[in-house]
Amino acid sequence: MANLTLVQAINLALTQEMEKDDRVLLLGEDIGANGGVFRVTEGLHDRFGGDRVVDTPLAESGIIGTSIGLAMGGLRPVPEIQFEGFLGPAYDQLCTHAGRMRSRTRGGLTVPMTVRVPVGGGIHAPELHSDSPEAIYSHNPGIKVVMPASPYDAKGLLISAIRDPDPVIFFEPKRIYRAFREEVPEEEYTIPIGKARVAREGTEMTMVSWGASVVQCMNAIEESGRDIELVDLRTINPLDMDTVATSVRKTGRAIIVHEAPSNCGVGAELSARIMEQCFLHLEAPVQRVTGFDTLMPYYKLELEYLPNAERIGKAIVETAAY
Amino acid sequence: MPVDCAFQTTIERISILDEHGVYDEQLGEGLIPDSDVVALYRHMTMCRHFDEIAFKLQRSGRMGTYPQNKGQEAASLGAAYALEDKDWLVTCYRENAGLFWRGVDPEKILLHWMGDERGNHIPVRATPLAIPIGTQMLHATGLAWASKYRGDGGIGCTFFGDGATSEGDFHEAMNFAANLDLPVVFVCQNNSWAISVPTRIQCSAPTIAQRGLAYGMHSVQVDGNDIFAMVKVVREAAERARCDNRPTFIEAVTYRLGDHTTADDASRYRDPEELKLWEARDPMIRLRNWLEQRDLWDENQEQAQRIENEAIVSGIVKRAEEIEPPTTNDIFNWMYAETPKVLETQRKTMRTSSLGQGFDGV
Repeated sequence: MANLTLVQAINLALTQEMEKDDRVLLLGEDIGANGGVFRVTEGLHDRFGGDRVVDTPLAESGIIGTSIGLAMGGLRPVPEIQFEGFLGPAYDQLCTHAGRMRSRTRGGLTVPMTVRVPVGGGIHAPELHSDSPEAIYSHNPGIKVVMPASPYDAKGLLISAIRDPDPVIFFEPKRIYRAFREEVPEEEYTIPIGKARVAREGTEMTMVSWGASVVQCMNAIEESGRDIELVDLRTINPLDMDTVATSVRKTGRAIIVHEAPSNCGVGAELSARIMEQCFLHLEAPVQRVTGFDTLMPYYKLELEYLPNAERIGKAIVETAAY
Repeated sequence: MPVDCAFQTTIERISILDEHGVYDEQLGEGLIPDSDVVALYRHMTMCRHFDEIAFKLQRSGRMGTYPQNKGQEAASLGAAYALEDKDWLVTCYRENAGLFWRGVDPEKILLHWMGDERGNHIPVRATPLAIPIGTQMLHATGLAWASKYRGDGGIGCTFFGDGATSEGDFHEAMNFAANLDLPVVFVCQNNSWAISVPTRIQCSAPTIAQRGLAYGMHSVQVDGNDIFAMVKVVREAAERARCDNRPTFIEAVTYRLGDHTTADDASRYRDPEELKLWEARDPMIRLRNWLEQRDLWDENQEQAQRIENEAIVSGIVKRAEEIEPPTTNDIFNWMYAETPKVLETQRKTMRTSSLGQGFDGV
């Protein structure tokens, strides 16, 4: 057991899966000698060589398109896209091919690929380095979308993603890449994709979040002094509605927190499903504390945009008082 | 400071059996055994008949939109003949002749255009038809990469049109293959038209082939209606890929004798004189003349072949039309290896409204 950051936990998961399964190879921009711009793949090029940790040309669609071919050819590629803002050029390959291949070939060809993408704001990064596009890819059938909120979860979820027979986008919240450490077992373990976790038990209301926002939620809950249950989704597609609905039926109140814009965000889907599945238990309208329906501002204003303990705290007070 | 030449090269154009029936004995020497040429010709006639019947199926309402392959049979067939079973054939949708030679059941192609995904389940090393333009070259590059990584000796061969060479993914695939030393053969079927847009709008350079040069790969132009030339260039490209892990770019100059698809009417934008010119360059007629000149084929065999083709194709149509209907379960069952609960509920109830799904909010 070691005390690891989220970056180190991902590096450990990659190392162990590569040791275990030679079908696993990494590809992306600057992931080789440089170890990735966030150093997530540090040391892996030396350890596994250039055939398994491959610096590619600078082309996101090319990275994902060739990964689809690698996966159809029997390998387990783990491509890295450097920032979520640059995932756009690969949208076509992800949604037109990766998510469709199993179904359109009726199981003849499959795409077991894990796309690693740093996501979200809060690190004073330049333009297009701070967005949260998880809803876009969750809306597209056939792609699983995962976002861990802790080092322990990052390791277990990434191992599950790599072993998953379908394409997974593994969003890594860069704000908590090194924000805190956690005990992460050396031995391998998996955390199932599609299962949420109750990060904190409570009875007064339910808060649902994922990624770096989970930390903001925890802070807000502690500051509020209230008995609030916090559900960390872990997986955004497919949603674990059983865990969410069980909690909301118990508490009768729900607040959803995410960094992405509110409009057509994952919060909208969660809110609709809570209404459908918990209608008679609801004692307050479901609240969403999210990024605004604007562009993600440059970093001077990014902390005004991102949901923080203060904004979440207001929603807690209003929801409790309703 | 002198002005030096940094780089200079030429693009070769390969032709063995030209449109006038002139055959280059030297280049053709030992290329394809006579018995195989006969088999290739017979296959080509079957594919042409298949194409005509597919067109009629659409016109009579028995099949959806279909893109005719007429006139382009030699390009993909020559490539498929030159490849090995362990090689991946990654096509778009005007390569029926090559796919059938490779062993893809022709009824699969009909099923695809009949709106049935089962047409895409292909048990040989070929990917299903690619509808979005120019995206499949990256898959071929990845598949070739997987073969190189695993050391299974296979290569990737991908087909696309002149229009696809305008797409970004085409350039990314060429760049990946060249710079990562991947065994890929890129074959552009330059058929003069991308629906209604002429090649000049896709590429204003004298050849499309020279696009490959920019990526540092061997690039060649070939008469795409000449099956001998196609076999020669693809065989050489396959060897270059297999032995040296170097990709090749082949511009196969051909012509789309039909409309883009059954939903298109090329007379709106195409000069009938141009069509006439290319009808005379038909790869099938050219090959028949070659065979007849060598007493490898005659009118009696042609008649017998016609009858055989009719029987083969009517069997194909029968199998495609008589397949059991798909079930609504099939909409859901193949989305993921393990079907998530939300899809299970939708599959079971065929409803998305929560009351219809049995959720009462309690």
